[in-house]
Amino acid sequence: MAVSARPIAPAASLSTRSAPVVRIQVTVNGSPISAEVEPRTLLVHFLREVVGLTGTHIGCDTSHCGACTVHLDGKPVKSCTVLAVQANGRQVRTVEGLEVDGKLSAVQEAFVEAHGLQCGFCTPGMMMTATALLARNPNPTEPEVRDAIRGNLCRCTGYVNIVKAIQLAGKKMQANPTGPGGSP
Amino acid sequence: MSAEAPHVKGGLGQSILRKEDARFIRGKGNYVDDIKLPGMLYLDITRSPYAHAKITAIRTEKALKVPGVLAVITGKDLAAANLAWMPTLMSDKQMVLPTDTVMYQAQEVAAVVADSRYAAADGAAAVEVDYEPLPVVTNPFKALEPGAPVIRTDRKEQSNHIWHWETGDKAGTEEAFRSAEVVVGQDLYIPRIHVSSMETCGCIAHMDSVSGRFTIYMTTQAPHAIRTVYALVTGLPEQNIRVVSPDIGGGFGGKVPVYPGYVLASVASIKTGHPVKWVEDRSENLQADSFARDYHIHAEVAARKDGTVTALKVKTLADHGYTDAAANPSKFPAGLFHIITGSYPFAKAFVEVDAAYTNKPPGGIAYRCSFRVTEAVYTIERMMDILAHRLKVDPAELRLKNFIPPDAFPYKSALGWTYDSGNYAGALKKAMEIIDYAGLRREQAEKRRRGELMGIGISSFTEIVGAGPSHTFDILGLKMFDSAEVRIHPTGKVIARFGTKSQGQGHETTYAQILAEELGIPADDIRVEEGDTDTAPYGLGTYASRSTPTAGAAASMAARKIREKAKKIAAHLLEVSPDDIEWKDYAFRVKGVPTKSKTMQDVAFAAYTNHPQGTEAGLEAVDYYDPPNMTYPFGSYICVVDIDKETGQVKVRRFVAVDDCGTIINPMIVDGQIHGGLTMGFAPALLEEIQYDENGNIHGGSFMEYLVPTAVETPHWETAKTVTPSPHHPIGAKGVGESATVGAPPAIANAVVDALQPYGVEHIDIPIHPWKVWQIIHAGAPKTG
Amino acid sequence: MIPPAFEYYAPHSVDEAVALLRRFNGEAKVLAGGHSLIPLMKLRLAEPAALIDINRIPNLSFIQEEGTHLRIGATTRTNDLLDSELLRRSYPILPDAAQEIADPLVRNLGTVGGNVCHGDPGNDLPACMLALGAELVTVGPKGSRTLPVSDFYKDTFVTALDPTELLVEVRVPKARARQGSAYQKIEKRVGDFAIAGAAANLLLDASGRVETAGIALTGVGPTAILASAASGALVGQSPDDQHLGHAATLAGTAADPNSDLRGPAEYKRAMASVLTRRALDRALARARGGG
Ligand SMILES: Cc1cc2nc3c(=O)[nH]c(=O)nc-3n(C[C@H](O)[C@H](O)[C@H](O)COP(=O)(O)OP(=O)(O)OC[C@H]3O[C@@H](n4cnc5c(N)ncnc54)[C@H](O)[C@@H]3O)c2cc1C
Ligand code: FES
Ligand code: FES
Repeated sequence: MAVSARPIAPAASLSTRSAPVVRIQVTVNGSPISAEVEPRTLLVHFLREVVGLTGTHIGCDTSHCGACTVHLDGKPVKSCTVLAVQANGRQVRTVEGLEVDGKLSAVQEAFVEAHGLQCGFCTPGMMMTATALLARNPNPTEPEVRDAIRGNLCRCTGYVNIVKAIQLAGKKMQANPTGPGGSP
Repeated sequence: MSAEAPHVKGGLGQSILRKEDARFIRGKGNYVDDIKLPGMLYLDITRSPYAHAKITAIRTEKALKVPGVLAVITGKDLAAANLAWMPTLMSDKQMVLPTDTVMYQAQEVAAVVADSRYAAADGAAAVEVDYEPLPVVTNPFKALEPGAPVIRTDRKEQSNHIWHWETGDKAGTEEAFRSAEVVVGQDLYIPRIHVSSMETCGCIAHMDSVSGRFTIYMTTQAPHAIRTVYALVTGLPEQNIRVVSPDIGGGFGGKVPVYPGYVLASVASIKTGHPVKWVEDRSENLQADSFARDYHIHAEVAARKDGTVTALKVKTLADHGYTDAAANPSKFPAGLFHIITGSYPFAKAFVEVDAAYTNKPPGGIAYRCSFRVTEAVYTIERMMDILAHRLKVDPAELRLKNFIPPDAFPYKSALGWTYDSGNYAGALKKAMEIIDYAGLRREQAEKRRRGELMGIGISSFTEIVGAGPSHTFDILGLKMFDSAEVRIHPTGKVIARFGTKSQGQGHETTYAQILAEELGIPADDIRVEEGDTDTAPYGLGTYASRSTPTAGAAASMAARKIREKAKKIAAHLLEVSPDDIEWKDYAFRVKGVPTKSKTMQDVAFAAYTNHPQGTEAGLEAVDYYDPPNMTYPFGSYICVVDIDKETGQVKVRRFVAVDDCGTIINPMIVDGQIHGGLTMGFAPALLEEIQYDENGNIHGGSFMEYLVPTAVETPHWETAKTVTPSPHHPIGAKGVGESATVGAPPAIANAVVDALQPYGVEHIDIPIHPWKVWQIIHAGAPKTG
Repeated sequence: MIPPAFEYYAPHSVDEAVALLRRFNGEAKVLAGGHSLIPLMKLRLAEPAALIDINRIPNLSFIQEEGTHLRIGATTRTNDLLDSELLRRSYPILPDAAQEIADPLVRNLGTVGGNVCHGDPGNDLPACMLALGAELVTVGPKGSRTLPVSDFYKDTFVTALDPTELLVEVRVPKARARQGSAYQKIEKRVGDFAIAGAAANLLLDASGRVETAGIALTGVGPTAILASAASGALVGQSPDDQHLGHAATLAGTAADPNSDLRGPAEYKRAMASVLTRRALDRALARARGGG
């Protein structure tokens, strides 16, 4: 094994120590987070490794799978294709931000009730996309749901129950707009 | 279930919600990349751009200068520790890192260890390697031609031929073909595909040099087998090895093998004393992890004029890539391919398979199926349609005429399998009724008159799952039993541990349901754990739909052992003889006086507070279940497609799946498994494939080109069931995770070929891309008739 | 996959952005939606020394009619095309195309400017802009210029844009009465780049004949292709089955496809014709006041 002359010790953060860093402040699930990052730091790595929120997953390297979906200023985006610096001064919401004051969101409840998940790996991204869809359209048709989640791949469920879960969540929201799970 | 019928909360047959979901919907799953250990380092891999080349130099200086890079590992380093090669399950060997020759594009060439993920990536990009390209062979037929460049020069055979395997009655089959009234034959190629679980593979290896404890968190479907293999290969004492399989983001067979990355992270941790994380990218996953299929099949069916099938003959060339690393624990090199007689009573059959090396990564893992069962089912179900076409009979009619009848079970097939139970006509008739088969045929006739293309395809598959009986199945000698350890606490709550490992199948829920049923304890009170070799009983893991047939059976058997003991305690509590006690309606009852009873919870408390003299305290049992036979799930699928004549695009309009997996533990979960399986059957039928050009360059090596279905083209699956319990499984269950992946592709292919009947085609190789359909349509004017 | 290191700037004005581009003299890249650029950087196929993030420049995101033109700002998101009432009503080809691009998540960030500037023959908006006869407004160290899209695409990933220039807006001649446009695309899987795509834009005169026409193709050549012969053959003609069919055939002739995983060249060429015909039919229906 060829070894470098440096002592072996892990870095303090994601970045290599000598690279230039920029300070950013991002509001994540309502809490302001301030950190120094390399410009190339991807938002998904910032969330997972700097902020420590590992619910946002990485399923690909070509921006296809949507496992990394978060809301950036309210819109669902693929956080593997956004630089952390681009989120500077902005609002990010992750799957960890869906449950508010110990109450699951309608989407979270519905995913369990309709068996909309199996291995759970696509689930956070899927739920973030669903949440954004229902905020715009609380009563989507099946084709509308399917089109809305076309950027979120699931290998386990065959989508049938995901579609059901999203439609169920919409109904829950309409039935009880302020109650538990009332928000998307 | 009627409200009156006695039942236990969460028992068999109930669609209870999943216990595991609570963490997943909160983003609190614990997948391998979520784990962060103090002092953890990162490993990244430099890979070969060539499919076949001599490595003339590896220069690490630049990489070592990258800030944060700590070490570079090459094949030479591993060779010094005798770790450059590792054994495969098929008595072949596989490189961890090459010392001199790379044999496929994207093969690992060097590993870079750094203090951050980003530095490791920079380091891997900075390793300089000089290659001298060698001639490339990617076509297995060419690989076997005389004079083809030998890929595995390390083998004494000096040939690309790996093995020949045959089974069945060769002479009898030939004879049956000679006297056959009708013979149909077809070449079928089933291309390479990749499981592409949404989570890629990865691990964190940690050698604690002080305690000598080696812990590896690993995306593996078979943690115990890995522990033993590690012990055998590295010489580390097995009690010091702990394999933890945390939450797994889908496996489907792709997380059975040991990949070089795992070994490299282990070596790096042993060398540095730090935990080392390796998590592959999607592209690495698609380009270098084991593949499925790649079978070139020639099949022939002999039949009588009335359509009765008589004999089957199959000759296959299997492309294994540069090593036979098939994840196949059977004693048959082509796995369970000889289930190929399917749902039909062929009197004679003969199957032969040859395997070849090519300049591709290892093939031969499953893709959500038992070993080579998909290849078998696809072949026979396509052949049945070709026969129907040739005889001008309806494919449903041909199947109904031929099915093995329900009273023939247990049925011994011509190739030696003993099918446990089945009612094939029942499933097909149910599917035909749901989809209105007759109505569809009328609609099709109408459309054909108008020149529109609509097709109906059937697949009536027989699966073989639940590996398996120890006489036939082992992993490097480890027999393929599985295990359950069940412990009832004083308050009547249960912890149960298993040798399997869920990757999304919902074991935490379904095993609890089996135990609830057997113990009369609500499923909510039962905690299920898997995946930590320090705590779980020894088992062979989860793949090939084996969990329910093996560990699920072990759960029942362990619970029944507990009941035996509990009965004595109940008798003690009820002050009667154990012979006067029966287990009925989820309680121990005095025979004839059913109101005098004790629940399992009563007994559990007594087992710790008031156990009878001469009986041990406590209430627990372990069972290692070695199944007497495989289970044989089956079903009939019917698919309807519409084809756009101008573009060749195929749209699946309807798909009805009638499955029979024996006793159903949780209907909601079973349906979910079938939906997912159907989608993974749909995918290779219409979208997914990995190709290599003549230089060995991969096409389909990222999600840009490897087209996993989205929600838009995935059909709205319609499911239904028949229930034919397995006679030898304790609760009659058969395993269901893969039936649909196996059954779906021929239904879709048959539907497309059926739609194209006016053009006289009998076969199109999958995946059926629009251009293939367009070429057929535009090759010539439609024939009449 | 991790992008290589780079310097990052987020200017707040076009001038500042152009000054930065000039400073890096070809070594910097504009970062708009990032959904073509960042994937390339992750694959280390692009290794710019600096990224000039134009997302914080105010007033670069808009869709509005002004005078003789429709103006679309460079950082207008792809999804904004779908949501715009104005476009749905008068320029339906753009929502048609937007709906076919990638998926809703990508479209929330991907921009019109990026789609037009990237130079990938698989991008869907270039053909639309060609069919619409659009112009590009750029600002560079030497000031602003306006160039027709038909002069823009030189080769795969090669455009007339200087690396020190910024695209600020796309201008489309204002839609008129009796005008209709449409985009048609087929792909192997939804959201994938096109097997082939066709853009059509028809203006009818009072008698119902074709006054002007624009036809362009996606994914069947080294760049988006303007099928001038096809559109030329329609001008002055009645848009009947025969003429539309002839134009579609000519569009197929204009295609210059490669064989690849999406299909053999002959298939793609045929699809260019089929889709051109479908786009023309749709555009015609719209020009006549239908959907
Ligand atoms: C999974 C996936 C699927 C996709 N499918 C499709 C599809 O089907 N059809 C399709 O059309 N596209 C598709 N795309 C590409 C997507 O639409 C991109 O968003 C688009 O190509 C580029 O726009 P952008 O704003 O993201 O540009 P960026 O990635 O930011 O930039 C692209 C290039 O243009 C340059 N550039 C950007 N803006 C300017 C400007 N204002 N002035 C000068 N130069 C500029 C950049 O420097 C860079 O070279 C897909 C992308 C992904 C990730
Ligand atoms: S990780 Fe796959 S799209 Fe972001
Ligand atoms: S639940 Fe496993 S990928 Fe969707």
